[in-house]
Amino acid sequence: MNELLTLLSFGDLGWGDEIALGVGMTVSLALASLPIGLLLGFLLALAKKSEEPSLRAAANVYTTIFRGLPELLTLFLVYYGGQILIQQVLSLFGEFYFEVNAFIAGMIALSLVFSSYASEAFLSAFRAINKGQYEGASALGMGYAHTMRLVILPQLVRLALPALSNLWLILLKETSLVSIIGLADIIRYSNMAARTTKEPFLFFSVACAIYLVLAVISSGGIARLDAWAKRGEVSR
Amino acid sequence: MSDTSLSYVQLETITAKAPPPAPSNRPWTPVRIVGTTWLTLWLLSGLGILWFLLNSNHVALVFGGDGLLPVSITHNAKFLIKYGEKFVSGFIVTLQLVGIAMLLGVLLSVPMTFMRMSKNRILGGIAYGYVYFFRGTPLLAQVFLIYYGAGTFRIPLQSVDMWWFFRDAWNCAVLAFTLNTAAYQVEILRGSIENIAKGQWEAAAALGLPKWLTFWKIILPQALIVSLRPYGNEIILMIKGSAIVAIITIFDLMGETRRAFSRTYDFQAYVWAAIAYLVMVEALRRVWDLIEARLTRHLHR
Repeated sequence: MNELLTLLSFGDLGWGDEIALGVGMTVSLALASLPIGLLLGFLLALAKKSEEPSLRAAANVYTTIFRGLPELLTLFLVYYGGQILIQQVLSLFGEFYFEVNAFIAGMIALSLVFSSYASEAFLSAFRAINKGQYEGASALGMGYAHTMRLVILPQLVRLALPALSNLWLILLKETSLVSIIGLADIIRYSNMAARTTKEPFLFFSVACAIYLVLAVISSGGIARLDAWAKRGEVSR
Repeated sequence: MSDTSLSYVQLETITAKAPPPAPSNRPWTPVRIVGTTWLTLWLLSGLGILWFLLNSNHVALVFGGDGLLPVSITHNAKFLIKYGEKFVSGFIVTLQLVGIAMLLGVLLSVPMTFMRMSKNRILGGIAYGYVYFFRGTPLLAQVFLIYYGAGTFRIPLQSVDMWWFFRDAWNCAVLAFTLNTAAYQVEILRGSIENIAKGQWEAAAALGLPKWLTFWKIILPQALIVSLRPYGNEIILMIKGSAIVAIITIFDLMGETRRAFSRTYDFQAYVWAAIAYLVMVEALRRVWDLIEARLTRHLHR
């Protein structure tokens, strides 16, 4: 038992510090993908609810592709495909060697997937907002930007939050895939530790436990966020 | 039926409303420009991918051939000839994995749902913990935990003659996927059963029906209809998630793709895989929509 604890300790003998680094990587990758995914998802939702058929069709193609592809394949397409594409472009200008950063590739792939799901969440939230809200804002003389910022967005956040927080939990889990393209996240370090120490069950259990802890922490944060988004309802 | 008997019916035909005027030429608003540009970009990238696939298989038109037509198509699809069959077998492996895991998942999820909904604290707690664990951790970590983690228990497993099971990557993948999908299915089933109005139970009790019969004949049919869509989504998630078994040396569609790519460095491997997955998922989505429309036709008005 003591030996196992030593393996998990921080310092030269244990893998605690390495795994902590991995946790940092996982969390920062998820946090880096989130804002891009949210922004893209919001813009996609705007495109999908627009009256312009070509814009709707283009946005739907995007969602169909990135919701239909396995996340791992999207990651490989971005990582290897991006590598080849950039290499080709650079070779037009002479000899360069360029390596796509695994973190950036992971961030792009996860944002693409996240945004296509988030757009659906935003879209159904948009549909849940009564038309009267737009009309009321218009009657008060508000322009498009004002209506969006002061009337629609606060309600949108509240309505889309349950679906979005679900997507956040999925995103957190999906970051594990970047370990396959060599990014040093929780799974990568657990794998290294498991191979070195011949204690695979211990280290993968620890990895699972860390993901559970991250999920619990997220749930706490989400509950507070939800209470904040619903603050208007509570006081009534 | 004669006209006289229906004399009170107004015989005059009500003329149909004139169709709305044909849309006039729509102006090129900024939104329309953006949409058209975006759509054009999709079209161009589609054509680019097509060109890439044709080019990497050296497809070319040769004029002045001696065949029936003055034009013939030549190709040198070395990649497809060498790896085409393997892709098909990988595709079948993916379908098998998802199919077996889904079926076993259904079998496991039904008793688990009862445990989860039971009033017994211990049973409920076990089911809750199981569902929380498998929904809260990445599938990749679960697969690693079972496949590599079993190595820790090699000697005890050998002593109960179970080592052969965990030594094989395929068994471990099926086990991990079954446990994972069962956890999600428990939540689907529980959610839909709990969504059935309480009045259904009460009405059945008032009619003197025993509880099991109420569940089997009244609650479950309604619950299954509600859970049709989440089940479809779960199959799609499984198909997409199954790609990760390639990491533990199973040659499913993704595994064959990775093998072909690592041998040839030909990027068309990934393009073909993307097309295959997209077609698979999109076809399933469409078929599932049809099934759902058919099964819920009595609910539409």
